Amino acid sequence: MAVMDLYARRRLRNRIVLFLSFGATGIGLGWLAIILGTLLFEGASGLSLKVFTETTPPPGADGGLLNPIVGSLIMTTLAVFIGTPVGILAGTYMAEYGRFSRITHVVRFINDILLSAPSIVVGLFIYEVMVAPMGHFSGLAGSVALAVLVIPVVVRTTEDMLALVPKELREAASALGMPLAYVIGKVSYRAARAGIITGVLLAIARISGETAPLLFTALNHQFFADFPYLNAPMASLPVVIFQFALSPYHEWQSLAWTGALIITMTVLALSIIARTLASSRKTS
Amino acid sequence: MSIASVHSSSPIPVVTHAASETGAMQEKVSVRKLNFFYGGNRALKDINVTLYAKKVTAFIGPSGCGKSTLLRILNRVYDLYPHQRAEGEVLLDGHNILAAGQDLNLLRSRVGMVFQKPTPFPMSIYENIAFGVRLYERVGKADLDTRVEQALRRAALWEEVKDKLAANGLSLSGGQQQRLCIARTVAVKPEVILLDEPCSALDPISTAKIEELIDELKDDYTIAIVTHNMQQAARCSDFTAFMYLGELVEFDTTSKMFTTPADRRTQDYITGRFG
Repeated sequence: MAVMDLYARRRLRNRIVLFLSFGATGIGLGWLAIILGTLLFEGASGLSLKVFTETTPPPGADGGLLNPIVGSLIMTTLAVFIGTPVGILAGTYMAEYGRFSRITHVVRFINDILLSAPSIVVGLFIYEVMVAPMGHFSGLAGSVALAVLVIPVVVRTTEDMLALVPKELREAASALGMPLAYVIGKVSYRAARAGIITGVLLAIARISGETAPLLFTALNHQFFADFPYLNAPMASLPVVIFQFALSPYHEWQSLAWTGALIITMTVLALSIIARTLASSRKTS
Repeated sequence: MSIASVHSSSPIPVVTHAASETGAMQEKVSVRKLNFFYGGNRALKDINVTLYAKKVTAFIGPSGCGKSTLLRILNRVYDLYPHQRAEGEVLLDGHNILAAGQDLNLLRSRVGMVFQKPTPFPMSIYENIAFGVRLYERVGKADLDTRVEQALRRAALWEEVKDKLAANGLSLSGGQQQRLCIARTVAVKPEVILLDEPCSALDPISTAKIEELIDELKDDYTIAIVTHNMQQAARCSDFTAFMYLGELVEFDTTSKMFTTPADRRTQDYITGRFG
């Protein structure tokens, strides 16, 4: 009889924990659904071809988001081109050449700090070393600030993904008489390729929504006047959303919603691609 | 056929090589007074052993006795890791490979190795083999095709994969992967092949295929095999070395080792009394 009691009590406890878990999941997903729903409802109404073909309007007028979209694309691309090689090479050093060296531990520690550093600090830093000496805000400074955010993400994922490559594979490659550079380039990279690409995509997803570092570096630009304007202030989606959402003008607020929807959808697409790649790692 | 005699009373085996009825056998690899350290931990103690040219030498002994460690010294694959250190001499054709200033990549192209777990590279079956060949030789496309086919035939894998050479090496079964690894090793034409428990992850049919393969390969190569399987050692090898707790207890012809071992510990291990 006592055994049955114990069993019944366990079943009850199981039900309670299950209920709480479902509840917590529901609350978490609920908020997400509300956010996405609102975004879709408010943003989709403003979606039109004009958003992609016209520059940002003055208050009260009609316009689109062409310059911030192009600005975000340029700065993100440049940031990835600057940050990815640095990140991959550093990650490669840590996982391959310097796997057992003390420097690797130090670098990993510092990289983890950089990974969790508030992005506004990065913005202030680039302001101090680039914007102030140059005397003006610029798209280039914005790209560098974003690159600083890309590097730790790519370093981390590259190191982690290379660390997952079985040591037997490296030994087997070495045992064929393969020089270390070949072992890394032809075997380790191949085995970790999907994971490393996933890291880069996650880094892109992370920087596409960054506002704070851009406020201090690229600032904003109303027009395409100085195009190509890497050396001039440059508009970006997050900063324009920030500016327009805080404005009292209805047209601007509506564009801010649309911009937010565009960013969200882009990040969502990147995440899905990253997921798909990560899950295909075993088979590729 | 007494090739080596061992003083069982001595903790360090003293191996002397007498002339034998099999004729003058060439010493391909001679290990002399070899000690090995993982950090401060001495894993091998004054090992003396010889691999004769175009013979199969089996290394047996309980887990952790240093068989794999010994094998990993012969192509210096241990050098990939810090805090691992070998002392003594390993002579390959009379030349000490432990001496400073060795070209390790060149050494490893002469002393190939197959591991316990199959380790195909994440590329096509064809590339798995062609890759190693291209490392040290300049070969045209047609020659390369021939080399790949030859290697796969030698490894008894050609018939199974000839129609899917472009498929990923990882798509093969475990036994096929291991034969691919052997093909890959054979393709670069090494002089010595080290097999570190090559069948431990394989089913009996794949194991039989690989044993047949070893028998064929010894016409051209000097082979060392680590195995936990007594029957395998008895079936495949010409010489057997028994290792225990980092020492080489006994080394002799396989027929002698499995019939009249000189050391009590060898006999106990072979008859399954411990290990």
